[in-house]
Amino acid sequence: MRETELAIVGAGPAGLSAAIEAASAGVQVTLIDENQKPGGQLFKQIHKFFGSKEHYAAVRGFDIGAKLLDEVKRCGVEVMLDSVVWGIFSDHTLGIIHDQKNIRLKADKILLATGAMENALAFPGWTLPGVMGAGAIQTLINIHRVLPGKRVIMIGSGNVGLIVSYQLLQAGAQVVAVLEAAPKIGGYGVHASKLRRCGVPILTSTTIKEARGKGKVEKAIAIKLDQDWREIPGTEREYDVDVICLAVGLTPLSELAWMAGCRFEYVPELGGHVPIHDSNMETTVPGIYVAGDLSGIEEASTAMEEGKLAGIAIAEALGYLSPEEAKNRKEAVSRRLDSFRTGPFGEAVKKAKERLQRQGEAK
Amino acid sequence: MTLEKDGVLSPEELAELPGMPSKERLEQGAVAVIECAQEIPCNPCEKACPSGAIRVGEPITNLPTLIEDKCTGCGLCIPLCPGLAIFVVDMTYSDQEATVQLPYEFLPLPKRGETVKALDREGRVVCPARVVKVLNPKGFDHTAVITIAVPKDQAMNVRNIAVDRR
Amino acid sequence: MRVEDHPILGKLEKRSIVEIEVDGEVIQAIAGEPIAAALLAAGKGIFRYTRKLHEPRGVFCAIGRCTDCMMVVDGVPNVRTCVTPVKAGMKIQTQHGLGEFKESS
Repeated sequence: MRETELAIVGAGPAGLSAAIEAASAGVQVTLIDENQKPGGQLFKQIHKFFGSKEHYAAVRGFDIGAKLLDEVKRCGVEVMLDSVVWGIFSDHTLGIIHDQKNIRLKADKILLATGAMENALAFPGWTLPGVMGAGAIQTLINIHRVLPGKRVIMIGSGNVGLIVSYQLLQAGAQVVAVLEAAPKIGGYGVHASKLRRCGVPILTSTTIKEARGKGKVEKAIAIKLDQDWREIPGTEREYDVDVICLAVGLTPLSELAWMAGCRFEYVPELGGHVPIHDSNMETTVPGIYVAGDLSGIEEASTAMEEGKLAGIAIAEALGYLSPEEAKNRKEAVSRRLDSFRTGPFGEAVKKAKERLQRQGEAK
Repeated sequence: MTLEKDGVLSPEELAELPGMPSKERLEQGAVAVIECAQEIPCNPCEKACPSGAIRVGEPITNLPTLIEDKCTGCGLCIPLCPGLAIFVVDMTYSDQEATVQLPYEFLPLPKRGETVKALDREGRVVCPARVVKVLNPKGFDHTAVITIAVPKDQAMNVRNIAVDRR
Repeated sequence: MRVEDHPILGKLEKRSIVEIEVDGEVIQAIAGEPIAAALLAAGKGIFRYTRKLHEPRGVFCAIGRCTDCMMVVDGVPNVRTCVTPVKAGMKIQTQHGLGEFKESS
């Protein structure tokens, strides 16, 4: 049985940021990730981030990832890669498969930063090879430098769908259209404009009806929707494609939090079932914290800040930071989070997070 | 045609933007055109400008305002906008032509002197354009800035190029 | 196909090539990349057939969560090819149904 002070599950932007914050304060940190490399989704983000200088604005995602990795190494964090956390127990131990062996790790505090998974959209033909999630496409084109096809149709016009469409163009593929079931575009106008001026059509009130092909995707059939989201017969349109990319939302990866007995709330604005947490990012189970997309679907920028918040709160709880120092640091992070969550896109998330936190404080 | 429904700013939406220079200023020479229309938390343009010609302030969701008297049309803001929403237009390039400086993140990069297709905000080819300058220094972090010459009446229309893939 | 040159990521660095066998055919892969990436780069899209209806499946999530991409690797079935790195001389087979575990001799 191994022991540590803080075990962090997930080495994406939230986990990395929490590790840096806690380790800098003196906490013994073990950072666990099931992948070969840490960084989560950061290394696939080849676009420049928004925000202000403190949010790493105008820096590309993978460069931010590299900076975080450097800092984690310098802070003396123990990093366990290729390690799957399969269980979490009431005595604060984690079951981990590492190097084909099962090990147990006991931790004073646990931070779950396991991120999110892509939603699927079922339609006739959706199991054909060539139908993939947007994250899958991003991994293939930006990390493995493989184009799974040459003519792609994108389903979903949120920021993920728009950004991945642009990245597909950069990788040399053609995007025949972006289909959006809602009557307006989901993501930022600037992301949409970048695509439109490359000649990529964005069709609102339109969805995919069917995928056709022998053994693989060959055609996508689009269809228009009326104001009650019902298909309008006769409005079908056929596209010759070899890839159908699904960018239809993310859902928190919450198995470990459920296992641990955390209480959840269903919050549509945050992606579905989300663990209730307070302003310290602590769940309803004392000693278990959450940060990043697991605590509500947002962005890498907010994941980093929430990770810091959790790191600071945990360092304080373990006695490495005075209440005064912790309060100051937490306030700085909260200010940055607030400034990021303003405007028409951030308001809904801000309100949902506030509601969730009030529940968390009341526990 | 609206940004929300089509992803393209309508002439009415463009005219209302605080980042849009006046007709008078455009006729005086190179000036930035900031086509940023939504309140998203973002302000690298403000810090990018060496002349203090872009103001965002607090909260950082404010739309950037162009202070056109201070703008020299240097174009340093172009590669720093994460939304690739800033352009520089010079109506005084020649009697017939204006230049448009635009951000470009595709391969192949065109070469100076080459003729490319000039595209409008909907990606339609509107005219041929001559490449006057290609800037792609390390400091721009892979956002090249291409200067093209187009007929004056297309300068506020052209926002992208199509290069022949050889 | 491979993205050899990219406006942001630059040219694909020279990495070492390994050879793997897929259904008896030798294909080239980049050392350390996931099996699924090598197969997609080589234009192979069908990785297995389902048990009941023998329908083709390929890559869906590419991060090891959905099990669409499972194949038989060096005799072991149900290997998630999108998160398993290639090794020189690996033998990969299209999986039919649930595959079979063979006792190692």
